[in-house]
Amino acid sequence: MNNLKNFTKGFIKENPVFILLLGLCPTLGVTTSAINGLGMGLATTFVLVGSNVVVALVKKLIPDKVRIPSFIVIIASFVTIIDLVMAGYVPALYESLGLFIPLIVVNCIVLGRAEAFASKNTVFSSLIDGLGMGLGFAFALTLLGAVREILGSYSIFGYKFINTDGILVFVLAPGAFFGLAYLIALMKKINK
Amino acid sequence: MEYILIIISAIFVNNIVLAQFLGICPFLGVSGKVKTAVGMGGAVLFVMTLATIVTWLIMTYVLVPFEIQYMQTIAYILVIASLVQMVEIILKKISPSLYQALGVFLPLITTNCAILGVAILVIQKDMDLGQSVVYAVGNALGFMLALVIFAGLREHLDKLPIPKGMKGVPAALVMAGILALAFMGFAGLV
Repeated sequence: MNNLKNFTKGFIKENPVFILLLGLCPTLGVTTSAINGLGMGLATTFVLVGSNVVVALVKKLIPDKVRIPSFIVIIASFVTIIDLVMAGYVPALYESLGLFIPLIVVNCIVLGRAEAFASKNTVFSSLIDGLGMGLGFAFALTLLGAVREILGSYSIFGYKFINTDGILVFVLAPGAFFGLAYLIALMKKINK
Repeated sequence: MEYILIIISAIFVNNIVLAQFLGICPFLGVSGKVKTAVGMGGAVLFVMTLATIVTWLIMTYVLVPFEIQYMQTIAYILVIASLVQMVEIILKKISPSLYQALGVFLPLITTNCAILGVAILVIQKDMDLGQSVVYAVGNALGFMLALVIFAGLREHLDKLPIPKGMKGVPAALVMAGILALAFMGFAGLV
């Protein structure tokens, strides 16, 4: 029951993007299409789960004073892994996400969960927490990406449903801000 | 001339916050007042320039000769984290007045993705050291500009009659979007 709660809280109630407002840089930067958002979300989920598990495993070995630098090294290692894996297996997606893959390192969600949850809880519940938060993040990015893709290029996951150009501004930078603004307002309403 | 173009492009055309989406957290978080926005901008200018120089040197003289470029992310984040710590300690000793002004913002900067982002971008764009420094300064100024404009607007935002659901962050984001729209007018300048 507790684990189930841990898992589901990341989607609506404590959604990292809509409610906690963490990790907004990749949220705004990569969501020009639903597939980009999903890819970024899953890459972050991998890093989040990996770092949460390792931090929970070694939490007793790390002296309190060098806690944060050690967490950062653990996170950076997982980011390097996903960076190399994506460059090898999904080069097209890797190209379009670009700079934001190495920047997962400074995503506040990852360090935040390591510090606030994994350093105090068991390995299994840290894994669940990482998975829940990561998928919540992926959900938010996919949603925003879908909204921008539908309005901006009249297509969804690459399938065009109206054969004309969309409202271009939603694919460009301002559309990211507008889209996120209204989704946050909507989530606030749903949560009430 | 080349340097001037880099600066103009970094500040206006490809503004780091409004066009490249780096450093959004401090942009939304600390931009409540113009004064704090200037302080944060100053701290970023200082650290970004220093970090770009140091990471560029490390990339060229350590990572490339040993062929371990894949260690870039790990090496950079460690360098930036220790650099910020060092700047904080040195500033405290040498110039307490400057520390007073920038001190509170320094710890926040380690996790500011604009710093790491610019450090990685100058490598991706194959810039030499001179270009990198100019690029870093330009981006930091662009960050400061966006932050100060946004803070100035936001001081007025609280007094406006906005629909209840849009109050706070959503309204701020819509405003950021309009600002980004305005900055798109600079496209084609360079």
